[in-house]
Amino acid sequence: MNFLGLYNYWVFAVLLMIGFYAVVAKTNLVKKLMGLSLFQAAVFLLYITMGKISGGTAPIIQKGLEDAVFSNPLPQVLILTAIVVGISTTALGLGIIVRINEEYGSIDERDVQESDRR
Amino acid sequence: MRPETGILLALCVPLVGALLIGLAGRVGPNLRETMTLATATTLIAVVWNLLPEIFAGERPGVTVTEVLPGISIAFQLEPLGMMFACLASGLWLINSIYSIGYMRGNREQHQTRFYVMFSVSLAATMGIALAANLFTLFLFYEMLTLATYPLVAHKGDQATVRSARVYLGVLIVASIGLLLPAVIWTYVLAGTGDFTPGGILAGKIDGPLVGLLLALFVFGAAKAAVMPMHLWLPAAMVAPTPVSALLHAVAVVKAGVFVITKIIVYVFGIDFLFAVPSSGWLTYAAAFTIIAASVVALRQQNLKRLLAYSTIGQLSYIVLASATLKPLAEVGATVHMVAHAFGKITLFFAAGAIYTASKKTELAQLRGIGQRMPWTMAAFTIGALSMIGVPPTGGFVSKWYILAGAFQANNYLVLATIIASTALNAAYFLPIIYMAWFGRDRTPAGQEHGEAPFAAVLALTVTAFLTLAFFAFNQPLVELESQLVSPVPTVMQGN
Amino acid sequence: MSSIDAHLPVLQVVVPLLVAPLVTILRPSGLAWAATTATSFMALMIAVGLTAGALEGDIQRYEVGAWAAPYGIELAVDSFGALLLLILTGASTFALLAGKASLDQQIESGRQPLFFSAWLLVLAGLAGILVSADAFNIFVFMEISSLASYVLIAGGPDRRALPAVFKYLMMGTIGATFYLIGIGLIYMMTGTLNLADIQVRLVDVAGLRPVVVAIGFITVGLGLKAAVFPLHVWLPNAYNFAPHAATVLLAACAAKVSLYVLLTFDFVVLQPVLPEHDPHFGAFLMPLAVLGILAASAVALFEPNLKRLLAFSSVAQIGYILLGASMVSLPGVTASLMHMFNHALAKGALFLAVMCLATRLPSLELDDLAGAAKRMPWTMAAFVVGGLSLIGIPGTAGFTSKWYLISASLEVGGAGGWLLIGVIVTGSLMAVVYIWRVVEAAWFRVPLAEPTEVREAPALMLSVTWLAAAANVYFGLSPWLQTTLASNGARMLLGEAP
Repeated sequence: MNFLGLYNYWVFAVLLMIGFYAVVAKTNLVKKLMGLSLFQAAVFLLYITMGKISGGTAPIIQKGLEDAVFSNPLPQVLILTAIVVGISTTALGLGIIVRINEEYGSIDERDVQESDRR
Repeated sequence: MRPETGILLALCVPLVGALLIGLAGRVGPNLRETMTLATATTLIAVVWNLLPEIFAGERPGVTVTEVLPGISIAFQLEPLGMMFACLASGLWLINSIYSIGYMRGNREQHQTRFYVMFSVSLAATMGIALAANLFTLFLFYEMLTLATYPLVAHKGDQATVRSARVYLGVLIVASIGLLLPAVIWTYVLAGTGDFTPGGILAGKIDGPLVGLLLALFVFGAAKAAVMPMHLWLPAAMVAPTPVSALLHAVAVVKAGVFVITKIIVYVFGIDFLFAVPSSGWLTYAAAFTIIAASVVALRQQNLKRLLAYSTIGQLSYIVLASATLKPLAEVGATVHMVAHAFGKITLFFAAGAIYTASKKTELAQLRGIGQRMPWTMAAFTIGALSMIGVPPTGGFVSKWYILAGAFQANNYLVLATIIASTALNAAYFLPIIYMAWFGRDRTPAGQEHGEAPFAAVLALTVTAFLTLAFFAFNQPLVELESQLVSPVPTVMQGN
Repeated sequence: MSSIDAHLPVLQVVVPLLVAPLVTILRPSGLAWAATTATSFMALMIAVGLTAGALEGDIQRYEVGAWAAPYGIELAVDSFGALLLLILTGASTFALLAGKASLDQQIESGRQPLFFSAWLLVLAGLAGILVSADAFNIFVFMEISSLASYVLIAGGPDRRALPAVFKYLMMGTIGATFYLIGIGLIYMMTGTLNLADIQVRLVDVAGLRPVVVAIGFITVGLGLKAAVFPLHVWLPNAYNFAPHAATVLLAACAAKVSLYVLLTFDFVVLQPVLPEHDPHFGAFLMPLAVLGILAASAVALFEPNLKRLLAFSSVAQIGYILLGASMVSLPGVTASLMHMFNHALAKGALFLAVMCLATRLPSLELDDLAGAAKRMPWTMAAFVVGGLSLIGIPGTAGFTSKWYLISASLEVGGAGGWLLIGVIVTGSLMAVVYIWRVVEAAWFRVPLAEPTEVREAPALMLSVTWLAAAANVYFGLSPWLQTTLASNGARMLLGEAP
């Protein structure tokens, strides 16, 4: 039961592996980048999960609620930063792919390697 | 002048000289060569001026800078190094005179680079001779390797570059691969690398490891050409003859055997090493090198290559003498450094003079050359006799001491090796001498030639004379070097 | 301490970070260059100030916004950090000063302000990693510097830079994300991100398994970013196709900053807590270091392109740095830290010389180098000095760290120690060979084509190159600076009193 109780972590692991697989196995650069985004998103899930406490509420102190159970807000704040980082990475990666397409006329890794070999 | 100043001057003079020679090279060859001779003369004045100190038993030293804690660049006068410094500075002047004749006679290219690098090499040699610790010694040993590389590769064509690559390769591989670990090991074991009479390693290491450390030092100092580290020496024969003279007599090979002797005497200490059985292999290695090199020399057809193998053999005499580990043998080692220097430089000067005058390089071409070049061949004969060890030449003196040392140690292997190699030396030198004086001259018509340029003949006559004179006047040197292994009146000052 | 001194840690980051957006609007491009160089020089001065403090043995702490640690973000500069800050800001300043002519050649003037802005962001990001004492902050700065350095590398005229940088982006992001997972797991167990605080709280953690998993993620992630063999595949092409000035900056410090984080994490945070830390750390990294030295040097032996050759040599040198650290002893870690400094000096001088060559020669293939020494003698002489330092010839900076590495291996003792010495020596000898290939090509090979008009490099570029070469000799003969900082840093890492 404990096994299933931790299903958030299972999702994290599965997402991570799907993303990693795409990065390694796909030759289309856009698909690689999608994999990378998935890979990062999985980590967001990890952080959010660890901050959550069952039955916890938003950490806002109100009169009469001083002894309530709060979720830890810090991981969410951290992950907000990480999301920004992820978006920047994706944007830059897409920019590079556009440039590669301009220079090589293809976004497939094999074509790019092939045309540089010649 | 204070001796400390003298030590530093001995290092600076050739370096400043190199700069001046380089600048003078832009003006013209005459000024450049005047500069070379002036630098060489100044160096002699500076170095020989230090002699009274050392005879008085003083051991002045100077520390330049501490590079790492306990590891400093420092210099100190002591008998062995003093001998080396005097020898190198003295022969440099003669070599410079000879170089002028040779380089002009053969219309060589890049002469300014040649003289500049020669001067830098001498600075490195002074650093080796005067080093007070292993680190400083290693520093200048590497500097000498790098400074002589452009000299060896002087011609710059494909074959020369390939040979120069062998030269550099063997020396650098050995020094970084073997010598450097040995140096660092010594520092780690003894906590210091200062050269101290009686050694610094006694009680710090024992058993087979002593033999291993000794091997790292001996093969690491590949300039001493103990087989199989001799490969660079025949390769370096592509260099112009004055460079060969520098390599074989003045600086490079002497630096190798100097390093080995210095390390045996001042780092291990001969008594400590004698008591450790695992150091005995060195005698065998040296004996093998002597015999093998002599046998190979027998089969050579090219004069310079023959001299190269002769050098390999003669160097191992010095290593053999050092490895005998008895006071008289150590004296013999140092005396042989000088005797071999005089003899071998004469032989190389002669070979170069023959090449300059006639472009002859092979033994077979030397038939009857004595009549055409009497001065050169007379000097050659004296040099060859010294190599064999016939009185009245310098080579006899050193063999005497080495043999005496062998008796001290009851080492019959050393005795047998020296006797056998003397016979072999005679077997390859005497036919040349006979052929040169009594063979029939078969020089084709139209290739008539006479003596070499005057500067070259002058230089080789002087060195031949020194070879003879050393037979009679070696007492000061022997006295000085006896201090090496017997206690001196004043305690050697630490740094 | 005067008031400005107290703020130096934060200024180190803030100054380039603030100037970076301003540079984008500066025209003409020469003005942007001047502003960037001046900023970089200011950063160097700040680093010198921090080093002066570190030499007195202080750890200079700063609480951002005056929020006390561990709740606020803390900055801390120790000897190790100061050493790397010096390398970083020095390399940046040298590269910018020397690189004007080369950058004008490689990047069109309209895009130069953007390029310089990215440069300052790299500077700010890497400096941020070095001053932070907060695990998550390090991640953020790592991403700032990485994203900006992708821009730097892709900024050159060579289209092959684009696939190279895409690969770097993929691997770099995976590395950073691994690190993020690692610190996430540690945060889960300790509830803190401040490095010093993590160490304190880890003592009370009952189950260490998530921490061990976290270490795995962090080590692999940072190993990726630091190009530890065999995770180095992104490095050679990225260095090769980057604009020459950017190569100087990246080669001197980018990988080392990641190693800084790795060593700090392992030694400051984890070593005191985990009982089995040292043997595992050594057993995992030492083989990689040895393989890295041997394999990367071997590739460099046969590499026909000068810049790629030096890039592979960098991978090998990272092996040396790691080898020293993986001995987990005071002399070993000292050697490792010293080698960071010395390698930066040597590689900096070499890549500066490469930049000089590149401004005058059609390509950097060794074949095209034939006869370069005749026409650019000063450049090649500086190259040789840098090369000697890389090999570790005495009298150059590279020698001092080889000395420490070998004596550290001797202290390891036994057959293992001798094996390590064998590896170090073999690596050095391979360096002799690959440096000498360049020297022979430049001096002795006869040019195939009729020589075009090739002159010596621009005076400013050449003089900066020589300054770097001279620094190799100066710090070889008088290595007090890197020795003091490295041994203080190593003591701090190993938790011994200085």
